[in-house]
Amino acid sequence: MIDLHGYGPRLLEGAGVTLSLALLSLLVAILLGLLTATAKMSRSWVAHRTATLYTTIIRGVPDLVLMMLLFFGGQIGVNIFTDWLYYQFDIDIFININEFVAGVVTIGLIFGAYMGETFRGAFMAVEHGQIEAGKAYGMSNALVFRRIRFPQMMRHALPGLSNNWMVLLKTTALVSVIGLSDMVRIAAEASKATREPFTFMITVALIYLLIASASEWFFARLQKRYDIGYGEAD
Amino acid sequence: MDALMTQLEALLADNSIFTLQTLSYYTEGLTVTVQLVFLSLLIGLVLAVPLAIGRSSKRGWIKWPIFAYTYVFRGTPLLIQLYLIYYGVVFVDGIQETWLWVILEDPFMPALIAFTLNTAAYTTEIFRGAIKSTPKGEIEAARAYGMSTNLMLRRVVLPSAFRRALPAYGNEVIFMLHASAIASVVTIMDLTGAARFVYARFYAPFEAFLFVAAIYLCLTFAILYFFRYLEKKLLAHLQPMS
Amino acid sequence: MCTFKLEIDNEKILTTSLLGLAIAATSAQARDYDEIRIGVDVPYEPMEYRTPDGELTGFDIDLGNALCAEIGIDCEWVVQGWDGIIPGLLSRKYDAIMSSMTINEQRREQVLFSEPYFQPPSAWFAPEGSELTDTTEASLDGLTIGVQRGTLQDNYVTDMFGDVADVNRYSTADDMVLDMEAQRLDIVFLDYPVGQSTLLQSDNRAYKVVGEMVTEPKEYFGDGFGIAFRQRDEALAEQFNEALATLQEDGTYDEIYNRYFDAK
Repeated sequence: MIDLHGYGPRLLEGAGVTLSLALLSLLVAILLGLLTATAKMSRSWVAHRTATLYTTIIRGVPDLVLMMLLFFGGQIGVNIFTDWLYYQFDIDIFININEFVAGVVTIGLIFGAYMGETFRGAFMAVEHGQIEAGKAYGMSNALVFRRIRFPQMMRHALPGLSNNWMVLLKTTALVSVIGLSDMVRIAAEASKATREPFTFMITVALIYLLIASASEWFFARLQKRYDIGYGEAD
Repeated sequence: MDALMTQLEALLADNSIFTLQTLSYYTEGLTVTVQLVFLSLLIGLVLAVPLAIGRSSKRGWIKWPIFAYTYVFRGTPLLIQLYLIYYGVVFVDGIQETWLWVILEDPFMPALIAFTLNTAAYTTEIFRGAIKSTPKGEIEAARAYGMSTNLMLRRVVLPSAFRRALPAYGNEVIFMLHASAIASVVTIMDLTGAARFVYARFYAPFEAFLFVAAIYLCLTFAILYFFRYLEKKLLAHLQPMS
Repeated sequence: MCTFKLEIDNEKILTTSLLGLAIAATSAQARDYDEIRIGVDVPYEPMEYRTPDGELTGFDIDLGNALCAEIGIDCEWVVQGWDGIIPGLLSRKYDAIMSSMTINEQRREQVLFSEPYFQPPSAWFAPEGSELTDTTEASLDGLTIGVQRGTLQDNYVTDMFGDVADVNRYSTADDMVLDMEAQRLDIVFLDYPVGQSTLLQSDNRAYKVVGEMVTEPKEYFGDGFGIAFRQRDEALAEQFNEALATLQEDGTYDEIYNRYFDAK
C-alpha cells in the first residue's frame, strides 16, 4: 500500500471537505440555474437582461479570478459595511466570510450560470402540447410544473447536469489556492513536508477519479429512471 | 508613442494603484497568458489528431491506453496535474544535472506541459466524437471511389470531422484561457499573477481583480467571435437556408 | 475610480465615528475580552508551523500563549493565509494577528500594533556553491530571486531589483524553500530566523548567507514584528504591551527565545 506518512486521516478529512463543498455548491447552482432559466424565458425585459448579463460575465471570467474577487473583495466589502454599522449605530455584528462559505457561494454562482443554460434548453424541449393538456385538465401552474414540466425537463437536463457536476467537482480544487483545507491543499502541504509529491498527488487524483466514476454510475441510473416511457433508442 | 505615454501618465497621476509600473505588470501578464494558452492549444491540437484516430481504432492495444490517458486527464483537476509536473519533476534524481533541467527550470515549461497534456486529452475526445459521427454515406462514397483508408481519412473523414468539432473546440479554447489562471499558483506572472501582486501590495481586491476580469472578458469575447466567424465560413453548408 | 470612493467613505466613517464615539463614550467602551482568537499564517518556521499531527507550534505560538496566560484570558489560534490575514482581522474572524508581521506605515493605516516583540533582520540566502558575494544590482542581474508575495521583502526586491532580475513570488515560505531546493531559484530574500531554520539547517542542501543582514531603509523594513489589533481595541493592545514587558523582565521571553533560536 501507499505510505502516507501519517497524513492519511487529514487527507480523508480533506476529502470530506471537498465532497461537502461540491454538494453544497451543486445545490446553490441548481437553485440559481432554475431561477436563471426562468428569468431567461420570462417576458420581463429586466429579468431577461439581468439573467443574460449574469451568465455572460460569469462565463467570461476565470473561476479563480472570480473566487479571489469574492473572497478577498467580499471580505473588505462586508468590513466596510459592518464598521459603518458599528460607528453609526453602535451595532457590533460579526459577519465572517470564511473560506468554505466563500467557496460554496463562488462555485454555486459560477455553475448557476452554466446550469441556467442547461435548464433553459431542457425546459424548451418539453412539448408545449403537454403543458396545454395539463391546463385543460384544470391543473394549476404549480401542479403543471411539478407533474409535467419538471420531470420531463429533468430527462433532457440530466446529461448537461451530469457534465456540469463533473466540471464543478474539479473546480473545487481551486479553493485550496484561497486557503481552504480541502484535500488538494492537504496533499500539497504533505508533499512539500515529505518531499514526495507523487505519493500524495496521485492519491488525491485517484480519489477524484473514484468520485467521478461513482457519479457517472449514479447519473446513469437516474437517467434510466427519468427515461421511463421513452424508447431505448432515444 | 511618447505623447501617448505622457497622456497616460497624466491620466494616472491621481491614482495610487494603477501606475505605469503596475500597468506594465498587467501587459506582461497578458503576453504570458496569451503565449501559454496559444502554445498549449497548438501543441495539444497537433497531438490530439493522431490520438483521436487511434482512439477510434478497433485495435484494443491502441484504443485502451489512449482512453486511459483521456479518462485520467479529464477526470482530475488541472491544478493537480500542474502540481504533479511542477513539483514532481524536481524529485527525479539528478535531473538538475541534465539538459532537461534547462527546460524545466523555468516555471513556464512545467505549466505548458501540464496545460498541453490536459487540452490534448479534451481535444482528443472532441475529435473522436466528431469522427464517430461521420455520416455513413460519406465513407461509402469514398470507398466507392476506391480510396485507401489513409486517403479517405485525409480527404473525407478528417475535414468533415474538423468542421463538426468546431463549436465544441471553441468552448475548449475558452476553457483553456480560463484554466490558465492557475499558472499564477506556480509563480508565473500571467494576468492573474499580476492581479494577485497588485492585490497583495495595495490591499485593493476590487481594483486588482475587477480590472483583470475585464481583460479576460474581452479575450473571451474575441475568441467567441473568432469561432463564430469560422463557423459561419466553414459550416455554411449546414446553416438553414433563408 | 473605486479607490476614490473608498477613501471618501473611510474619511466619512472616521469623522462620523469620532462624533459617534464622543456621544456614545460610555456605551461604546471597547469590549472586555475574556477569550480572544489570534490569526496566524503557517508554516513559517520557526516562528509558526505545524507538527506532522497538525499541532501548532513555534516562537509566536509559545509567546502568544504565554502572553495570554499572563493577561489571564483564553486564546484560540485561527489559521489564515497571508493574503487574507488583515481583512480577516478587520472582519472579526479573529481579534489579533501574531504571525511575524512587521510593523510598517502601510499596515498602520489598517491596524493597531503592539510594541515590537521581535526584531529580525532580513537576509539573502543562496546555495553554498553560489558565486554571489554581494547583492548589488550588477551581481543580481539576470538571476531569479524568490520572495513571499506581499511581504516587505517582496516590496523591497520588486522596487530595487524588479527591473534587472526575475522575481518569483510565493504564497508561503515553504513553497519558496522547495523551489530553492529544486534549484529553480538563485537566491531568496526573507526574514533571517526563517531562513536560518529552513535553509541553513536544511538536511537536503547546503546554503549560505550572502552579504550583510538588512534592516534599512526603515520605509521598507519597519520596526520589527508586532501583534496587530483592530484600531478600536486599544485597551486590548495595552494589556498585551504590559504582559510583554512583564515576560521580558521575568525571563520567560528569553526562555521561549532559546527554544527556537541559538542563544546569543
